[in-house]
Amino acid sequence: MRMRELIFALVVIVLALLLPWVFYDWAHNRHSGFMVSMLSQMGMMIILAVSYNMLLGQAGLFSLCHATFFGMGGYTTVHLLNAVGKEGVPIPMEVIPLLAGLAGLATAIVFGAMATKQRATAFAMITLGIGELMATAALMFHHFFGGEGGVSTDRMVDRSLFGLSYASGIQVYYLILVWTVIAIGLMYYLTMTPLGRMANATRDNFERAQFMGYDPRMVRFLQFSLAGFFAGIGGGLYAITYEIVTFDSLAGALSANALLMAYIGGTGVFGGPILGAILITVLQSGVSLLSNSWLVYVGVLFISMVMFAPAGLAGMIKAHGPVRRAGRMHALIVPYLRLVLPGLALVLGFVGVVELLSFYTIGAAQGKKLVLFGSPIDVKSAIPWVISFGSLIVGIVWMKFESAHFHRVWENLTVDLRPRR
Amino acid sequence: MSTSMAPVALSIRDVRKNFGATEIIRGVTLDIAQGERHCIIGPNGAGKTTCFNLISGRFPITSGEIHLNGERIDQLPPHKINRMGLSRSFQITSIFHRLTVFENLRCALLWSRGYKYSFWHPLGTQKALNAEAERLLEDLNLHDRHNTEAGLLSYAEQRALEIGMTIAGGATVILLDEPTAGMSNTETDYAMALIRRVTEGKTLVMVEHDMKVVFDLADVITVLVYGQVIASGPPAEVRSSRAVQEAYLGALEE
Repeated sequence: MRMRELIFALVVIVLALLLPWVFYDWAHNRHSGFMVSMLSQMGMMIILAVSYNMLLGQAGLFSLCHATFFGMGGYTTVHLLNAVGKEGVPIPMEVIPLLAGLAGLATAIVFGAMATKQRATAFAMITLGIGELMATAALMFHHFFGGEGGVSTDRMVDRSLFGLSYASGIQVYYLILVWTVIAIGLMYYLTMTPLGRMANATRDNFERAQFMGYDPRMVRFLQFSLAGFFAGIGGGLYAITYEIVTFDSLAGALSANALLMAYIGGTGVFGGPILGAILITVLQSGVSLLSNSWLVYVGVLFISMVMFAPAGLAGMIKAHGPVRRAGRMHALIVPYLRLVLPGLALVLGFVGVVELLSFYTIGAAQGKKLVLFGSPIDVKSAIPWVISFGSLIVGIVWMKFESAHFHRVWENLTVDLRPRR
Repeated sequence: MSTSMAPVALSIRDVRKNFGATEIIRGVTLDIAQGERHCIIGPNGAGKTTCFNLISGRFPITSGEIHLNGERIDQLPPHKINRMGLSRSFQITSIFHRLTVFENLRCALLWSRGYKYSFWHPLGTQKALNAEAERLLEDLNLHDRHNTEAGLLSYAEQRALEIGMTIAGGATVILLDEPTAGMSNTETDYAMALIRRVTEGKTLVMVEHDMKVVFDLADVITVLVYGQVIASGPPAEVRSSRAVQEAYLGALEE
């Protein structure tokens, strides 16, 4: 690891340590429950997204069942916690996420043996099947999965290496933070090993890898199993945090979420999925409070990224590297500023249309009213609709014009910075 | 120099290959001696590349036998054949496009240096391995491309890299499929000098269209037409063969 990356990672860890205290409610002497639970959620989602990217980004494997291993880690954890709490099995809390990881690993070994014989589309199909199979199984086999109600537990089992009760969210958050740092650190380490490098190699050209002594199936199998191990750790932390695990934690929607986070963040950079997980969690926790339609925004964000920025957020940042090193970032300031207004018009117009639609239908059914800047807005009158659609259309046309301009500037700027062919 | 006394490195016994109802390779038998430089020539569609695909295990054979240093290999998958000391390059450049040139070469070294599927060795501190990859980089004259993504190299550089990846693992039998295809004269001369240098002391089997290259390099030339060997022997013998002139060389020189 280069020095700069190490320092950056340390800064992020220190930030994660301090953030709950930034939002500490000194008047009432307590932590902000919202922040602590959002940060906790971030930790487990970061593990899920980065472990998913061991497949998608690093090995070129488009898996649709990653939540299976997360969920199995979660279910294993609730049963372990129950065993510790009710039967006094002596396992300290701090070690439980590791056991959850092993459950994820075991599950991934079983399913990996089936799925990793194939690659590309066939692999995706098999993993889709596995995901559906497990979601169905979770509803059928009540003893382990608890049916629709799931399995609940009490995390205050009073077994800790450090004498912690885990009664408060902040203690759980620090447990999550420690395990997130461990998991991300190990996954980073893996990228620097022969297996990690051969996963990249089989992604680029599996046939060439074969003619260098490597069995690409074995590479895929090992990478898949290890990814399952880390996802399991994430699931264990989930179970500890929420004290209940339902079939949602291994169903297709969460697998899709893993894909979303990794892709939006950027699959080509190790830290990309971390960015994606943070962004999606903020949207999930923050925007979901403000709007019924937050999933629409996540979906549209995903589609826009696929269409316009397939390298993801981290890829976009990385693309600026050569420009920055050449000391020409200033040439981009004005073109970027010129994107702000059309961007705002487009986003506001779109949000307006979505919210009006939502309040016209679902909102009305729930008896909610759209309120903007303290004044209620009549969704049945024409004016807000005209303004929203107008802003959207103006935004689209203007954005097309401005982005073409930006593209020209970018091309001119980077053409002589590219490595010569 | 003829090496007819040397032990056989690669032995192909009456190998046949059908694709559906069509027989593409129609009973090829060849013995290639250790240390020999063997060129396979023939018109388009003669089955030269298919032969390579059968020998290297990319496709299963329909019937016959293939032996590498006395051991049967025709039932084995490519990675096992490779581990036994046979390596190949591809007609269409086959490298890891998104990895750097250095990483490409290091990957090619990994298996033969015993790393297998290790997920515990950090590559950065494997001094002997890294030094070897650096040495290869120098050998291929690609040292100034160390950190360049392989996909961004020029065509000739990519071909050189692929040759380097093919010989990196220390295979004793090297199969090169048209290594100079699409190159200018200067590039071809350079590539051939490179191939001579890095395959020193190894068995080399090469598919090639450039007759100048073939007659310069080969100890033995095999002429393949419609999936059958119509001649095989030292260059002078093949050049004077009537069958070859009719089937191939004559047509080419018209």
